[in-house]
Amino acid sequence: MRDVAVVAFAQSHHVRREQYRNEVELLMPVLHKVKSEVGLDQTQIDFTCSGSTDYLAGSAFSFVSTLDGVGARPPISESHVEMDGAWALYEAWVKIQTGMADTALVYGYGKSSPGALRDVLSRQLDPYYMAPLWPDSVGLAALQARACLDAGVTTVEEMAAIAARSRRAAAANEYAQLTSSADPEALLAGPEIAAPLRRHDCPPVTDGAAAVILAAGDRARELAARPAWIRGIDHRIEAHALGVRDLTTSVSTRLAGDRAGVGDRPVDLAELHAPFTHQEVVVREALGLGDGVTINPSGGPLAANPLIAAGLIRIGEAATRIARGDANRAVAHATSGPCLQQNLVCVLEGGER
Amino acid sequence: MAKERVAVVGIGQTRHQATRGDVSIAGLVREAAVEALQDAGMTWADIEAVVIGKAPDFFEGVMMPELYLADALGAVGKPLLRVHTAGSVGGSTALVAASLIQARIHRRVLTVAFEKQSESEAMWALTLPIPFSPPLVAGAGGYFAPHIRAYMRRSGAPEHIGVLVALKDRLNALKNPKAHLHEEGITFESVNDSIMLWDPIRYSETCPSSDGACAMVFTDEAGGDAATDPAWMLGGAMRSEPTMAPGRDQVNPIGGRECAAEVYAQAGIADPRRDIDVAEVYVPFSWYEPMWLENLGFAEEGQGWKLVEDGATAMDGDIPWNPSGGVLSSNPIGASGMIRFAEAAMQVRGRAGEHQIDGARVALGHAYGGGSQFFAMWAVGAGKPSS
Repeated sequence: MRDVAVVAFAQSHHVRREQYRNEVELLMPVLHKVKSEVGLDQTQIDFTCSGSTDYLAGSAFSFVSTLDGVGARPPISESHVEMDGAWALYEAWVKIQTGMADTALVYGYGKSSPGALRDVLSRQLDPYYMAPLWPDSVGLAALQARACLDAGVTTVEEMAAIAARSRRAAAANEYAQLTSSADPEALLAGPEIAAPLRRHDCPPVTDGAAAVILAAGDRARELAARPAWIRGIDHRIEAHALGVRDLTTSVSTRLAGDRAGVGDRPVDLAELHAPFTHQEVVVREALGLGDGVTINPSGGPLAANPLIAAGLIRIGEAATRIARGDANRAVAHATSGPCLQQNLVCVLEGGER
Repeated sequence: MAKERVAVVGIGQTRHQATRGDVSIAGLVREAAVEALQDAGMTWADIEAVVIGKAPDFFEGVMMPELYLADALGAVGKPLLRVHTAGSVGGSTALVAASLIQARIHRRVLTVAFEKQSESEAMWALTLPIPFSPPLVAGAGGYFAPHIRAYMRRSGAPEHIGVLVALKDRLNALKNPKAHLHEEGITFESVNDSIMLWDPIRYSETCPSSDGACAMVFTDEAGGDAATDPAWMLGGAMRSEPTMAPGRDQVNPIGGRECAAEVYAQAGIADPRRDIDVAEVYVPFSWYEPMWLENLGFAEEGQGWKLVEDGATAMDGDIPWNPSGGVLSSNPIGASGMIRFAEAAMQVRGRAGEHQIDGARVALGHAYGGGSQFFAMWAVGAGKPSS
């Protein structure tokens, strides 16, 4: 395997409703920033890969217009996944592994605000047996939370503590959307919105974008003082039908984590894309992260959850902390689909091998 | 370290037709995937990763349908990637799957592409607003007709060239049992007399709207060595450029030329017309055959239509294009590019049945999408490449 590192990361200021800018306008400053961080223009980037979904944009081929924001002239070697940007990063990492590229630009973006997100996400479900019933994303997460509580995987007190910790951590993150929280006891006094979930257990609806630059070997050492080396990356999917899964564990996260080598050495911090509080407990357990691991110092998806960018942001946030020297070994996680159906795990390290 | 060699050891396609009401979306993709696995002599358990592609999710009304298809594609517990690069997606999906082998991450990968267009009205889904223009375009034909007109003006091509291409591809489709359109009795006159949809594009010069899927199984070099009749990947590339840019030539786009040049360089192809035995090229409207003949370097600029007129691209010509009947005879959009790639591989495996080109050793598969701005191509050969 070639040594590949995250050498730059940029993101938008995440907001509930990005009313005056379209996706291209939201993305362009982020792309300019990430390229200027390492002093590269588009002609110096060997491969470009993005993630987006037409169901958020509300139009077919929506990624075609955002390509206009990249500056694909002269023509570029480029691809796109209809997935979170974390999977676009995976495709770019594979491309670098083939030796056909040494540098890659990866981006993901999504505006969740124009539609009713809970209903939009119900269109992800089996179109014959599930989608006609319009089970919404919060309702499905609530079923999972109930299963976790019944199995003793977590408690409502622990869930409230996760919410408070996440949003308070986000006070130090200028890009986050929610940056404060009441005490866990006060949170628990609030009503359930989809039992057993309370408002604090759910992620905010967010519009936002993010971009990462990857580079291999010496190119990475030229471009960054302290590259965040990808020491392992893997992703796995589970069955779609919720009835055939044990919702209190995440088999796919465990598989991906094992393949990425999470447990090989101690982990300093983890950025987990667990949009609902109980899911953090499930993912942490699947990755074998103990009490000594700092979880979501950025505030995580409970503080800002721009769909399609949120997974890529976890990798970027983990890489940023390695670049700053705050951590030497970090785990980043991304998820997709109802109740953690599909998961990606990336292990990043600061030191040379 | 050099890239791992990639072998195509299994190919499957559905029977393409206007409405495959007999199968669900999962049933459609499985029909192609199971055929590819059987061809490869493998079972689901042999597959390490799955890469799936399709065009816009709105075509079926399912957001990220790969989530729902994870079970049907035997992907549970495995990596599943979903690619979408507009009309070129079938080709780029295959290339992403191949890159998993080239990078030595996996040894056996299943790739699938599909579209079930009967679930929606694809023509209006393809009616996209053009910036700074009044909304007068209806369907992809409305977008491409002016570029065809520009080609005719530039090249001086006579009006009947498009009819010749459509007639050739639809006659070829009669030899392909999987093709959507089987127009027995089609003639030059019947194509020429068909209704004008988007001047100069006639009804019979337009691709159909199809339900269909295509699948391939890729292995590493050892897997190819163990197979009886693999196709070997000789080269592959993707290129993208913006829809709108000052001075961009949409008739002969530079992205297509550069993409082909990279594939030829990887595959050691110096003269495509001489070195390639057969090509499956994405021709959704008849006139794109002469246009792409020039874009892909089979003819000098302005000369592509003469190859059509001379019959060079017919099955008995010196460089047959689309012996399968092409996109003009079957167009499940998300799968159309992969069908081109798969048909190219079928030719060099000698497994194309009645539409086999005798002695085909090197074949080109091509896909394009968007406003002639996304390109994915590969070259495959009967012999293992030296590097």
